[in-house]
Amino acid sequence: MTDAIVAEGLTKRFGAVTALDGVSFTVEEGTVMGLLGPNGAGKTTSVQVLTTLQRADSGRATVAGFDVVADADRVRERIGLSGQYAAVDEHLTARENLDMVGRLYHLGRAGSRKRADELLERFDLAEAADRPVKGYSGGMRRRVDLACALVARPSVLFLDEPTTGLDPRSRIAMWEVISELVASGSTLLLTTQYLEEADQLADRIAVIDHGRVIAEGTSDELKDRLDGERLEFTVGRTEDLVTARAALVPLAKGEIVVDEKALRLTVPVTDGSDALLAGVRVLDGAGLRLRDAGLRRPTLDEVFLTLTGTPVEDAPPVDTREKELL
Amino acid sequence: MATLTRSLGDGMVIAKRNVIKNQRVPDVLIFSTIAPIVFMLLFAYVFGSAIDVPGTGYREFLVVGIMVQTILFTASNTAVGLSEDLQKGVIDRFRSLPIARSAVLVGRTTSDLANIAIVMVVLTATGLLVGWRIRGSLTDAVAAYALMFAFAYAASWMMSVAGLLVRSPEVLANVSFMAILPFTFISNVFVPSQGLPSVLRVLAEWNPVSAVAQATRELFGNTPPAGVAQSGAWPMENAVAASLIWTAVLLIVFVPLASHLYKKAASR
Repeated sequence: MTDAIVAEGLTKRFGAVTALDGVSFTVEEGTVMGLLGPNGAGKTTSVQVLTTLQRADSGRATVAGFDVVADADRVRERIGLSGQYAAVDEHLTARENLDMVGRLYHLGRAGSRKRADELLERFDLAEAADRPVKGYSGGMRRRVDLACALVARPSVLFLDEPTTGLDPRSRIAMWEVISELVASGSTLLLTTQYLEEADQLADRIAVIDHGRVIAEGTSDELKDRLDGERLEFTVGRTEDLVTARAALVPLAKGEIVVDEKALRLTVPVTDGSDALLAGVRVLDGAGLRLRDAGLRRPTLDEVFLTLTGTPVEDAPPVDTREKELL
Repeated sequence: MATLTRSLGDGMVIAKRNVIKNQRVPDVLIFSTIAPIVFMLLFAYVFGSAIDVPGTGYREFLVVGIMVQTILFTASNTAVGLSEDLQKGVIDRFRSLPIARSAVLVGRTTSDLANIAIVMVVLTATGLLVGWRIRGSLTDAVAAYALMFAFAYAASWMMSVAGLLVRSPEVLANVSFMAILPFTFISNVFVPSQGLPSVLRVLAEWNPVSAVAQATRELFGNTPPAGVAQSGAWPMENAVAASLIWTAVLLIVFVPLASHLYKKAASR
């Protein structure tokens, strides 16, 4: 397998701000790389360098085998970019947007029209196709934007925060669309500040913070960086939290995290199911009624917190797994 | 040759997009047209009652002046359009496509020229209503419009630099207004330059706006008959040549400058 994207030691400064401080990673052909990091970590600048929109101060990068600086035109012929802000013309209709992009990829008049029809059908936009994008919902706009990125059947696709600002339903719909793309074998670089999104969509994840890649691997590999498992207990009343915490301290192999709103305690442990039984016993012994008890692996959230020392931005609640459990 | 054809083709695709937008959001064009009509009527009937232009009368003098001023105001839409596209990320999309570097700017300046054409038709009609007449030959009249379009195209490139530098459309609207007013007032647009105090008179005589207004008046036959005192400055005596030189200079300076800024203009 060859690498569709190679970034080597990319740096970029804007005045006093260092946006990229030696970013390196590779993305194998036909795989999905998730670039995960908080706002201002350097995700968008990385994408801009790789899509020829910005020139790095130092370092080099190739996309689809071509240097992003020396062979910028060849790179542009082979990529699709869907930006953080839906970069479609809101005064044009979806069809006109797609047609224009097709013409600019030099697909010709008939070719552009045909491709626009295909994409409108595929992204469920056929009905709204001849209304100006201005009147579309956020989710529909993103679909138009994504469709624009796919007009020329790019071999490498860049999606910069494709679901930021979408409501939960649109986000899940967007994930389905992206999953289908991935299944069809495109190489995809996806930036996101939502751990769950990276977890669901990406084969590999590069965690980026302060312009550097601070960890890289599959979601499982990253989770393995944190030892052991987590016990989670949900108690019935706020005042129970203190009692429960005190009772659980002897079992914990690290700091117990208390979520007062959710009435939940998270306890890092090493000996899995034994710890769970012990935990239930001590809480029962303390006379507490539990609403829920469970054992789980560390989440990417916790990995992220450990790596960067800061939690990522809270994603709007779309925890599909939790919903399935309920 | 193939590159040039492709570049023009890309430019036309983008021009078409701008034209569609102008049709869907006609506010910009409507105000670009109403403002000069208001100016023309106010100046013709309010100031015109107090200003005497020997040999021709004020209204005959004024109409071309308003046309030239309007060229500048309409050209400032180029700046606003570009900065809007930058702000909304549309330029990022264009820059990620395999299109000619010049295509976005060529498309923008071309579609803005279409706006100028519409505004010119309306101003010509309004001018005729207030009593202005084309008194020269048909060839000269065509030359007069051609000269104004050439200057408008150059002004549009100049404004595109402003659009790429100032990234807020709202700020631009104010800045361009403030910049254009002195340019058109310290000129022969509203009053003949020979009556101005010495420093202002020199500025006015060498102002490109004056050259274009003077040349257009000459071609339309709106200049006073021989014997009436005229400015003797070189650009005023050779107004057509001076206009063409100014137009060329603006293009030589601002086309490369705008192209350079565009290359660096990925939105942040």
